[in-house]
Formats: sequence, structure tokens, C-alpha cells
Amino acid sequence: MEVYRTDIAVVGAGSAGLSAAYQAAGAGAKVLVIDENRLPGGQLFKQIHKFFGSRAHRAGTRGYMIGRELLENVTASGAEVWLDSLVYGMQKDLSLGVIRNGKHIVVKADAVIVAAGAKENYMAFPGSTLPGVMGAGAAQTMINVNRVLPGERVLMLGSGNVGLIVSYQLMQAGAEVVALVEGAPKIGGYGVHAGKIRRAGVPIYLSHTIKSVTGNGRVEKVEIVGVDARWQQIPGTEKTFEADTVCLAVGLNPMTELLWMSGCEFCFIPAFGGHVPLHDASMETTVKGLYVAGDVTGVEEASSAMEEGNLAGIGAARALGFLSEEEAKRKLAETAERLRTLRSGMFGEGRRKAKEQQLEAMEQYRAGTAESMI
Amino acid sequence: MRIIQHPILEELDTSDKVTIYYNGQPVEALEGEPVAAALINAGISSFRTTARNHEPRGIFCAIGRCTDCMMIVDGIPNTRTCVTPVRDGMRVETQHGLGTFSVPSDGGKEDR
Repeated sequence: MEVYRTDIAVVGAGSAGLSAAYQAAGAGAKVLVIDENRLPGGQLFKQIHKFFGSRAHRAGTRGYMIGRELLENVTASGAEVWLDSLVYGMQKDLSLGVIRNGKHIVVKADAVIVAAGAKENYMAFPGSTLPGVMGAGAAQTMINVNRVLPGERVLMLGSGNVGLIVSYQLMQAGAEVVALVEGAPKIGGYGVHAGKIRRAGVPIYLSHTIKSVTGNGRVEKVEIVGVDARWQQIPGTEKTFEADTVCLAVGLNPMTELLWMSGCEFCFIPAFGGHVPLHDASMETTVKGLYVAGDVTGVEEASSAMEEGNLAGIGAARALGFLSEEEAKRKLAETAERLRTLRSGMFGEGRRKAKEQQLEAMEQYRAGTAESMI
Repeated sequence: MRIIQHPILEELDTSDKVTIYYNGQPVEALEGEPVAAALINAGISSFRTTARNHEPRGIFCAIGRCTDCMMIVDGIPNTRTCVTPVRDGMRVETQHGLGTFSVPSDGGKEDR
């Protein structure tokens, strides 16, 4: 059995993982990044819209351009990246089981940073399994990365930023968006994105949901229905659309499978997409040497994921002695401040509260462990 | 349908073509693209049928997580077509239920 030793192993070469690798390798650690995909960048390269936030977060720059720069930084930092390499499991001692080129390799690292990301939620309704019903992110991957149109007439369910942005990008790719349907009485995402959809003439149905999808072997017709304040369907309010594709933009959930194997503690935060690992300000979990970053710690967005990656990279490098306490403290504080601005305002406030709850749970856990040891 | 021209992204380079075989029929694909993308471009949306009710399934997540797009690729069942790149001459078959391993006509001599 081949064993590969490194100082820090990072699982996931997306926004968070690459940022973590860049920080840790930049501090002088030997860093290995492992990703199942053939290309690095995670979901950054399908984000062709301009990012939001402050200048520090590259507002106005398109996601895939940020991805390119991040890759250049990681390459320059000297971190090694294994692509097409699957991390299938983790032992309690943090050793990782990896399948690479059909071979089994055990990666042993003094610190592991899990940045596995998130996956799209599913929603069940009659006909929801028909070919042509897919995640909005799946459609985005198809049009922006693979450059094929999954359908010509699309109905979008969900008006969060994913639903709004992907609707617009589907139109840029040449599809018609026949309707944007939202269960809540108001749009979930940014007004600027919704405005673009409205100006393009896409009908928006608030307080509506999908009643059924029908078709012979694939999506042909979509029936939507109005819902009341208690989310109950209102008979008689049905409308039917001819469409060949239905996109579900109904949230994401963290990909925590590896973390569960490690035995680290979790808490349940609905705003973050479900069970998320407890972690401290340097992103260390309740398992010593195991760090987390990005959507796996709670679903947010790419800029926050990069900053959490920075925190984890700095934290792990400090723990292994590659950064002085003083330098690490300064870097962590700077990064935390940038993160604070990302988690502010009308849309960031909920995420700030959720993150405070998560950090608080970690403090309580550590205090409890300390007490039980006395 | 392929997206050649795009208002933001560069024009798609379609010069490097390969041929894959979908249930025996030739399908044109672009070098390096996932099998699922080539099939969707060819208008194919149903990739497998379920074991019990024989219902059709297509792509759902397109990033290798949900396994809805599994097919028999070069004789190997349960292959996630959304993350498996095409190869010239690749054989892709609709998977029924859990699928079966199939031995190629050359007896498996061909390097997989």
C-alpha cells in the first residue's frame, strides 16, 4: 500500500480549498490538494456573472476570472494538486483513503482541511423524476462549462440568487425561460438580478409552486399552482406551460460525508442547509488537526468560501508552526474583518447570525469538554 | 444543441471531434467533454431506466453526486456520465436497473 506524507492535505480544489492551500503553502507548509474532478476550481468556472460585495472581494469581476487568478496563486505557492483523485474515506487519525489512476493511496497529513462544498437540493412533485428536471446548477454547468443547452424552453423553480442568475444565463445561452416560479410571496435573491429577469420579459409567479410535470419520456408540460400563506395549493389557480426543461433552484446542502467519518461534532442550522460541523475562528473542528472551509461549513457563496479557506489555511499553518502566533493572529483578524463585511447588510445578516450560532456552539462544546476533564 | 457563440464566453472551439457509440449508433462528441454533454447535444435526455418501475432517468446534478445519469460505458455499469470524459470509439449503453458488466466483442483485449 502506497503512503503519501504531507504537512497539510486539502480535500476539494474549489474556492475554499484553493484559498486554504495558497495560504498554507505560502507560509511554507508542504500542501497537497486532492479533488475528484478533472479540472480544479470547483463551481467557480461556471460563475460567469460579476461578483458582488466590496472591492476587497473582487466585486465586478466575473467568477471564472477569479477562479483563474486563484489557480495561478496556488500554482505559484508550490502546493501540489491531484486531480481526478477521489477521497473515499477518512480514518480517526485523519489519514485519507484516495483512489488515483486506479490505485489506492493513503495520504497521511498532520492537518487536514475539508473543503468538499455542497450539492443541490431536490424537490419531489408528480413527474419530478422525468428526464429534463434538473438542478439549476446542473443546467449552469451544462451551458457555461460544457457549452450544451439542456433544453430550449425552461421553467425555473426558485428565485434565490441561483434561480435568478441561472435563468439569465440560460437566456444568454439561447434558451427561453417560460416562467420563474417562487413559493414565497417575494423574490429571494438580489433585486438587481430579479430586475434583469423582469426586463427580459420572463413572467414571475410568486406564491406559486409546481403541481406536476408530465411528458412522454421527458418533460413536455408543467402545471403550476398558487399556494396560500400556509403553503397549501389553491385549487382553481393552475396554469400550464409547455416546456422541455424544469430547473430546481431550491437550495443546497453541505457535503459532510467525510466529516461524519472523522467523528467531529455537528450542529443543525437550517439557514446553512442542515447539519454543519462545529468549528472555531480558525476553522478547526472538534477533532484536533481537522479544519473545514467553504460551503461544507454551511452554504453561503464563493467569496465567503474563499475567506474561510484563508482562515483554515492560516489556522492549520499556525498549528503546525509555519506561522508565528503573532503573524497568524494578525492574518486571521484581517480575514475575519473581510468576512464580517460579507456577512452584513440585508442579505448577509441571516448568515452572520447563523455563523455566530455555529461558533457559539463550538465554544460551548469546548467549555463542556474542559469541565468534564476537571 | 451546442452553444458556439456566447455574449460573455469565448467562441466554442469545436475542431477536436471524436465519435462515441450510443446503443450502437455513432454520436459526434468534442474531445474531453463529459459523455452526458455529448448525449444531450445529440438530443438524448433519457440515460437509464429504474430497476423496479422501469422509469426513465436523465441528468440531475451534473457534478457527479446524484448518480441519476449512470450508464454502461465501455462495458462498465453505473458509470457517472456527467463526469466521465468521452474517448474516441467509446461505447455508451442505456442502463436498465442495476446494469450488467458486458464483455466487448474483442473479448476484453482492448485496453480500458
